[in-house]
Amino acid sequence: MTNAPTPSIAVTKQEPGGALSFYGVWLIAAAALIVLPLIFSSGGSLTSFSLIGIAIIFALSYNILLGQTGLLSFGHAVQYGLGGFLAVHAMNAVASHNWPIPLPVIPLIGGIGGMAFALLVGWVMTKRAGTVFAMISLGIGELVASSSLILRSVFGGESGITTDRTSLMPLFGWTFGPQIQVYYLIAFWVMISAIAMYALTRTPLGRICNAVRDNPERVEFIGYDPHVVRYLAYMFAGFFAGIAGGLTAINFEIANSAYLGATQSGLVLFSAFIGGTAYFFGPILGAILVTYLQLGLTSVTSVWQLYFGIIFIGIVMFAPGGIAGILMKHRPLIRAGTLGTVIPSYLVAAIPTLALALGVILTIETVARFSGDAAINLLGIPFVATAPTTWAAAAVLVVGGFLVARITWRRVAEAWDRAATVARDRGYLA
Amino acid sequence: MTAAIQVNAVEKSFGNVQIIRDLNLSVAKGERHAIIGPNGAGKSTTFNLISGHIKPTSGEIRLNGEVTSGLRPFEINRRGLSRSFQVTNVFARMTVWENVRCAVLWATGHRYAFWKNVDTLPEVKQRTAEILDEIHLSHRRDVPAGLLTYAEQRELEIGITIAGGASVIMLDEPTAGMSHAETERAVALIRRLTEGRTLVIVEHDMSVVFGLADRISVLVYGHIIASGTPEEIRGNPKVKEAYLGEEVD
Ligand SMILES: Nc1ncnc2c1ncn2[C@@H]1O[C@H](COP(=O)(O)OP(=O)(O)OP(=O)(O)O)[C@@H](O)[C@H]1O
Ligand SMILES: [Mg+2]
Repeated sequence: MTNAPTPSIAVTKQEPGGALSFYGVWLIAAAALIVLPLIFSSGGSLTSFSLIGIAIIFALSYNILLGQTGLLSFGHAVQYGLGGFLAVHAMNAVASHNWPIPLPVIPLIGGIGGMAFALLVGWVMTKRAGTVFAMISLGIGELVASSSLILRSVFGGESGITTDRTSLMPLFGWTFGPQIQVYYLIAFWVMISAIAMYALTRTPLGRICNAVRDNPERVEFIGYDPHVVRYLAYMFAGFFAGIAGGLTAINFEIANSAYLGATQSGLVLFSAFIGGTAYFFGPILGAILVTYLQLGLTSVTSVWQLYFGIIFIGIVMFAPGGIAGILMKHRPLIRAGTLGTVIPSYLVAAIPTLALALGVILTIETVARFSGDAAINLLGIPFVATAPTTWAAAAVLVVGGFLVARITWRRVAEAWDRAATVARDRGYLA
Repeated sequence: MTAAIQVNAVEKSFGNVQIIRDLNLSVAKGERHAIIGPNGAGKSTTFNLISGHIKPTSGEIRLNGEVTSGLRPFEINRRGLSRSFQVTNVFARMTVWENVRCAVLWATGHRYAFWKNVDTLPEVKQRTAEILDEIHLSHRRDVPAGLLTYAEQRELEIGITIAGGASVIMLDEPTAGMSHAETERAVALIRRLTEGRTLVIVEHDMSVVFGLADRISVLVYGHIIASGTPEEIRGNPKVKEAYLGEEVD
């Protein structure tokens, strides 16, 4: 069962100093996490960074399933949410008994919660991959989300269960009341989790996960039970999802049934896919973008989900490798020194593409606000939803942008072919 | 001495179509055994039965004396049997190096370990490098398997099969679709790699079969009509009639 080969693929050449640049990346990431809140210190950006950090862990944990093991889950929020609930209960218990457990340990309890649930249901779930797994994950997701509303004592019904993160013992004088302290707690767990999940991909289990993703049948003939491999992957994914859930509980001081639901499961799928599942760092990019858009768009437009949908469809259709896929596609060109020959065609193509995007946005906003007569403000230009000129402008942008974009993107493809041929000649592309 | 593979009265039906009828086969340890027969005779099905890919409807299969019919493929593999596939069956998105390394991991005892760095396991590294060397794919080690040429994929298929160090190797038409030169190279490779091991091979090329095999079994309509040395098979009138025709003379 061989997949159709992709037309061209980067050749990874062993470079000296690989280890150095490898540790360099992690050090830079750690430094960035430390410095970020010093540069952007407003309360709003601290909240955003905290949420992005959590989303990164969650999306990476999802990719243990999708990108590494080839398991498409529609219910990953279950482990995330249960981790959150367990963390809240743990915090309340620790506070009421005055146990000497500081707050930074709590996410670990969330992780254990996520893993315990995976341990419980995972064996049955991972018996088969593909559609069977996807359907069961959807079913379990619905099951847990709906029972969370019924089991009020555990899940607190509609309103959820609240907690007070400052009621735990302080650590080195930190009470974790101020958002900046919570941010650093999250940043700490982002680093730990990301390193651990990356390390996992470099273990025998991690490699066999990839083999199961590519060809579960053949795995059986090299000594491995793909069912066990999927089960283990599912438990690790549950563990890190639980950590993310625990951090969310700390961040908001509440856990409610929304954590467990289909929306949350959908968002993490979005993040991983948009970022790109084929590379470890893909879901990180996806989590940053999706969280940022989510926070940014909700204040600008009432139909932000629609834009999410469009972005998602666009990625699925035109760049199934996600952002990471797009970036990595250019690596051989950079190495071969031919990237410069494609950049101009990109710049040309960007103009009609932007026009097309503006046209689509204008159309959506016009339709969305047609009933109310609120003015639309697009790039500082006010539009009236009911005015015919607005409709005409949108139509011109969409149709004109589309037609011109088609031509310019064809140019991009030609420039690409030339650059790729050179890269192939120089041995950077197979 | 117990046989490496012993197949006793195995039957296999798909729905109500019986594909394998009263199959009896014995392969001694260290023997190179070829299975020949016309298209659709059930050669690959026999491989699937012995390797645990499918379960016999009735009958019994033993590996080194131990009953293996009913076991899963990975259980049989862990007991020392490894097989290749007629249609290339590799890990397409992983590199050549990773393909072979995955096949080395269980045999070197690393199993499902999630606490070891796979890149720093010396015996894994060494064995993978050796296998790549043997199958002449060292220079292609970082290429995804899905992008190899057909002949290279067939060699990788053999590499994955032998990487675990199984004592019984089963190759299903390893040279199918190869050019004459490629076939010669592959046969030399198979001869060398299976030195001291038991080999069961399905092959259509009669010069390969008669040059390589110690014993040959002829499968027709899911039943072995003759089993013996190349000379015996050559001289067997039933075989001549049923399958080989003039080809042998
Ligand atoms: N899973 C299956 N379900 C139904 N029929 C099957 C199945 N597998 C094999 N068969 C049938 O069994 C018969 C034997 O197939 P098999 O692949 O074993 O033949 P073969 O001897 O390997 O032939 P070839 O030389 O073409 O590879 C064929 O008629 C095939 O259609
Ligand atoms: Mg066959």
